[in-house]
Amino acid sequence: MAMEMRLPVARKRFSESLGRETKKHLVVPGDTITTDTGFMRGHGTYMGEEKLIASVAGSVERVNKLICVKALKTRYNGEVGDIVVGRITERRRSAEDELAMRGFLQEGDLISAEVQAVFSDGAVSLHTRSLKYGKLGQGVLVQVSPSLVKRQKTHFHDLPCGASVILGNNGFIWIYPTPEHKEEDAGGFIANLEPVSLADREVISRLRNCIVSLVTQRMLLYDTSILYCYEASLPHQIKDILKPEIMEEIVMETRQRLLEQEG
Amino acid sequence: MASVALSEAEKVYIVHGVQEDLRVDGRGCEDYRCVEVETDVVSNTSGSARVKLGHTDILVGVKAEMGMPKLEQPNEGYLEFFVDCSANATPEFEGRGGDDLGTEIANTLYRIFNNKSSIDLKSLCINPREHCWVLYVDVLLLECGGNLFDAISIAVKAALFNTRIPRVRVLEDEEGSKDIELSDDPYDCIRLSVENVPCIVTLCKIGCRHVVDATLQEEACSLASLLVSVTSKGVVTCVRKVGKGSLDPESIFEMMETSKRVGKVLHTSLQSVLHKEESLGPKRQKVGFLG
Repeated sequence: MAMEMRLPVARKRFSESLGRETKKHLVVPGDTITTDTGFMRGHGTYMGEEKLIASVAGSVERVNKLICVKALKTRYNGEVGDIVVGRITERRRSAEDELAMRGFLQEGDLISAEVQAVFSDGAVSLHTRSLKYGKLGQGVLVQVSPSLVKRQKTHFHDLPCGASVILGNNGFIWIYPTPEHKEEDAGGFIANLEPVSLADREVISRLRNCIVSLVTQRMLLYDTSILYCYEASLPHQIKDILKPEIMEEIVMETRQRLLEQEG
Repeated sequence: MASVALSEAEKVYIVHGVQEDLRVDGRGCEDYRCVEVETDVVSNTSGSARVKLGHTDILVGVKAEMGMPKLEQPNEGYLEFFVDCSANATPEFEGRGGDDLGTEIANTLYRIFNNKSSIDLKSLCINPREHCWVLYVDVLLLECGGNLFDAISIAVKAALFNTRIPRVRVLEDEEGSKDIELSDDPYDCIRLSVENVPCIVTLCKIGCRHVVDATLQEEACSLASLLVSVTSKGVVTCVRKVGKGSLDPESIFEMMETSKRVGKVLHTSLQSVLHKEESLGPKRQKVGFLG
């Protein structure tokens, strides 16, 4: 059995560990960004008294004449076309609903869906009108901040290490064993409750720990970063990945590989 | 207890994983998450400790005050426990929501300390029948990430280790009236011996096996748990069963053997961390809450 107790270590500033020369311009709501009126205002800003003021807490991004503030941690804002993973918390209680839906979906179930429309108060309506969406079976859910999920063409990834992952735009990441047959006759609403093999479980647990380490170090989540992190973590035991020093080492290696790949 | 909703398929996945000794985060059934312990975090207490176990965050403060001994034990001081489940931990604790859990934890703490050997209460006596030290132990639940009892008992032990009680002398004058004199030196204190203070090991029954240090998701899959309070020598002081499910007497026996094994390792790790922290001396960097 393993038991580790340690004294806490003060967190290092990220800019020091990254070695960035330019410091990010961080603002809090109410801070003045600039008094220059030549800029167009983007998300997270508003005009007041001849100056541009930030409305969220985050870093200022400038693209030519557009200034916007990218919030560090935000509630999920739905956009049409986003893939989300959600848990059913409440349902309409009508007679037809009871007869028809309860066989398929219960409270507490997880589903993957696409955003169909966004209402003015921020509520979204979802649809599962494709066979790739629907009820999720066995697997592991990781909840992260929505700002850490990179927007990509597809959010369903079958990773070469042996598991599949759905990166929901709302910050819910679902890791599950890759289904053997691609054909789903039932359309994804009947869950497979057979035991998952030990090899698959190890891959899923390792992926889960890698995602948690990336999130702790505030790295953007997408298929390449998760895969590189997985490969960097292979020399270590799965349960050791969450130790602070090993987490830093793995994420540092991932970051370097990603920079090499870009440059 | 704070609970998290899980789908049937997720529960099945967790249960099968436990059968194969591979939990969702890669741990075995008898592995703990990484624990961070820091003492002396609250300056106006006699002793304090903060423990972080995964996502569970506990702060304990001990205040030593003078009071009257209890009638049944006139030569001893005593401990009073109070547990506050802060609304920061989970929205369920808003308003009076956390009171039930708080009283349950406080009652468990009273029970595990309710024996002669856990703490030397006679050392807390100043004047028999008149004055004694009362240690008010306040537990604050900052974040709830599963396995509350273990984390709280570790924090209470660390806080009691850190407690410094001012040294007092009783002066008797000719008429027989007693005066209590506090030492001039603020660092002249007595410390408590926490060798026999027990720690709680919670074992959750999931499927046919039991796990130590369950996360919130694992607790949602478990119908019955056993709270075993173990001292550093492996002596069990108190056992309590929680949960709606039933436990087989054989599995209770197995769980108690596991708890004794796990408890001894827990105590040795905690002792070594506390001694290491103390050896760093008063100049050590305090991390606290903003570190």
